[in-house]
Amino acid sequence: MQALTNRLKLVNRKPMTFVEKLYLWNILKGMAITFRHIFKRKATINYPEQKRTFSPVFRGLQVLNRDEEGKERCTACGLCAVACPAEAITMEAAERSSNETHLYREEKFAARFEINMLRCIFCGLCEEACPKNAIYLSQTFAPSNYSRKGFIYKKDDLLIPHPKENPDAYAKALGERKKITN
Amino acid sequence: MFFTAIDYWIFLEKAILILAVVSISLVIAMYATWAERKVAAVMQDRRGPNRAGPFGLFQPLADGVKLFMKEEIIPNVSAKFLFVMAPALAMITALMTSAVIPWGSSVHLFGRDISLQIADINIGILYIFGVISLGVYGIMIGGWASNNKFSLLAAIRGASQMISYELAMGLSLIAVLMMTGSLRLSVIVAQQSEGFFNWNIIYQPLGFLIFFICALAECNRTPFDLPEAENELNFGYHQEYSSMKLGFYLFAEYINMFISGVVMATLFFGGYDIPFVNEAAWGNHWWVALLGCGMLMTKALFFVFLFMWIRWTIPRFRYDQLMNVGWKKLIPLALINMVITAAVMLFFSK
Repeated sequence: MQALTNRLKLVNRKPMTFVEKLYLWNILKGMAITFRHIFKRKATINYPEQKRTFSPVFRGLQVLNRDEEGKERCTACGLCAVACPAEAITMEAAERSSNETHLYREEKFAARFEINMLRCIFCGLCEEACPKNAIYLSQTFAPSNYSRKGFIYKKDDLLIPHPKENPDAYAKALGERKKITN
Repeated sequence: MFFTAIDYWIFLEKAILILAVVSISLVIAMYATWAERKVAAVMQDRRGPNRAGPFGLFQPLADGVKLFMKEEIIPNVSAKFLFVMAPALAMITALMTSAVIPWGSSVHLFGRDISLQIADINIGILYIFGVISLGVYGIMIGGWASNNKFSLLAAIRGASQMISYELAMGLSLIAVLMMTGSLRLSVIVAQQSEGFFNWNIIYQPLGFLIFFICALAECNRTPFDLPEAENELNFGYHQEYSSMKLGFYLFAEYINMFISGVVMATLFFGGYDIPFVNEAAWGNHWWVALLGCGMLMTKALFFVFLFMWIRWTIPRFRYDQLMNVGWKKLIPLALINMVITAAVMLFFSK
C-alpha cells in the first residue's frame, strides 16, 4: 500500500537490550535531562509586574474616541450596532444643544452608549463599520468584575480621557492608534 | 534507694532533645513541601512559588494557615473514630522513627556528656523496621474508614506495596548488619566514622541501591506512588480527608521522606561523619557535634532532593510491574547480595 503522506514512521519493536531492561541507566539519562532543565531560562512572565507585549493588531477593550479638542466623535449613527454580530452594542441618540458644541463634534451624539462585554466577541467589526473613527479596540484586556451588571460598559467606562484636561492618560489610552485623524 | 539513684537531669535532657528533633523534623517537612514545588518548577522551566515572602519562603506558612482554616468534613458513612485516628497514626509513626537516630556525637555541656541520640537501644534497626511497618496502618485505616471505594483500593495497594518492599529492604540490610555485627545505630555510625573509606556504601553499593528503591516505595514516592495515584484513584487514601487531617497525611509523607533520608545517611553514608577529615582529632567540643549534625542533615536533605528529582523525572509503575520489581527482582537481588557478602566475609574471615 502506498503511504498517503511522507510522515510514515516505523515503530521500533526490537526487544529491549540488557541495559534497557535494567531501567536504571535510562532513568539516570532521564534524570540528567531534568537536571539540565534546572539551569534553563524560565518561560514564565511575572504577570502583574511584567506584561507581555501584544501584537499591534491585538483586539482588546473598546474605546470611544475624541478628537484633538476633546469633542466626542460618535454621532450615534448605529452602524456599529448593526455590524455587531454578537449584538452587544446599544445606543440612544440625542440632539446637541447650542451650549454643548465644545462636547460633541457634530449635531447628533450618543446620549447613551453601552457595550455588553459578556456578549462582545472582540471581532473588531464595530471599528471597521464606524465612519467617524469614533470607536476602536485598544490593547487592554477585559478586566474582571463581581456582577453581570458591571460588565455592561457605559459611556463613562468607554470614553477615552480628555486630551486637554488629562493629556497623559489620553496618550496612554491612545497607545499605538496615533495615526487616526478625522 | 532506686529513685535517688536516677539521674533526674536525664529527663530534661531527653525532653529537650525530643522537642528539638520533632520540631526540626516538622520544620524540614514544612519546607520540603516548598522545596518540592520549587524543584518541580525549575525542572519544568517554571518559577514555582515566589509570591509569599522572598522566594516564596512563606508559602508553607500560608498553606498551613489555609489548611487550618478549611472546613473539616467527616463523611456520614465513615467509621468516625478510625477516620480521625488514621492521620494521627500516620503522623506519629512518621515522627517515632527519629527516636533511635544518632544525630551527632555526644556534647559536653554543663559538666555532662549529652548524647545526641534520644534512645540508644541495642535493636535500633529492628525498632525502625517495626515503626515503618506500623506506618502502613495510617494508610490502611484511613482508606478503610473513609468508606470510599477509591480510598479502599488505595489502602489495599498501599498495604500490599509496603509489605512487598519491606521484605527486600530488610534483606538488603542484613548484608550491612553482617558487616557491622550490631543492630545498634550508634555502633554502625561509629564504625563508619573513621573515614570516607569506611562508609558502608563503598562495600554495599548494591545493598544501598535496593534499600534506596525500597525506601522510595515505603515513602509512597514516585515511581511507586500507587496508593495516591491522582489520575487513577483521585488522590487515593486521603481523598475523603479535608482540613488539617489532610495536612497531617501530606506532612507525614514529607517527614517520612526526611527520616528515610536520615536512615540512609546513617546506615550507608557514615551518619554524622564529615568525609575526608578526622573530626575526632578536633576534640570533644560542642561545635564539632553541631557540625556533624549539620553534615547528617546535609546528607539527608540531599536524599530528599533526590526523591523529588526522581519524582519529577519518571512516571509511575503499573501495579503488576511494581509487584514484579519487588518480588522477582529486588528480593532475589538482595538475597544474592547477602550470600556474596557472607561468602566474601567468610573468605577473608573478617
